[in-house]
Amino acid sequence: MTFYLNILLYIQIALSGICMYRIIRGPTIPDRMVGIDIFGILVVGICAIIAIQTERSFILDIGIAWIILSFIGTLTLAKYLSGKKLNE
Amino acid sequence: MSSMASLILLSIGILFNLFGCIGLVRLPDVYNRLQAATKCVTLGTCSILIGVLLHFGVSDAGVKAIIAIPILFFASTVAAHALIRGAYQFGIKLGDKSIKDDYKDAVK
Repeated sequence: MTFYLNILLYIQIALSGICMYRIIRGPTIPDRMVGIDIFGILVVGICAIIAIQTERSFILDIGIAWIILSFIGTLTLAKYLSGKKLNE
Repeated sequence: MSSMASLILLSIGILFNLFGCIGLVRLPDVYNRLQAATKCVTLGTCSILIGVLLHFGVSDAGVKAIIAIPILFFASTVAAHALIRGAYQFGIKLGDKSIKDDYKDAVK
């Protein structure tokens, strides 16, 4: 059980490494932002698996806060991309 | 028994995350990449959270997992929609193999 959870955690961390590839290599600005958005969702999965491993519940709070902050950040960057000001 | 079911749900979720990340790396332009990655990764992470819920049962951690699922659904889909609209207005062209652009007619 613990061994299998470790393997799943390492796979998830490797997947966020793949997102890092897209963030670094992405040819355009929206590509990098897509990578950041997906990275934020993958971190929630990492937090969930660590919460199962350590049997503590506060790690899920980190995941929820990360979702909301990533949501606000992506909306702000999308507004910047479309060329409008933030109060329009 | 519930720990076995939770492990199966975790594995399914990570499989979907893997598909999404393969799509994020391999697909040709930003619209295809966002479409593949957002759908697969959102579904996979929701599956992981349901696995957490099954593992903990109805306790504080289980309730937090239930709360996280709708937040994740709304946040990731709305963010993807706004992001792709911003990318279109920024002037990113479609890939070489794309044959139809419905959004251009809809805006005009």
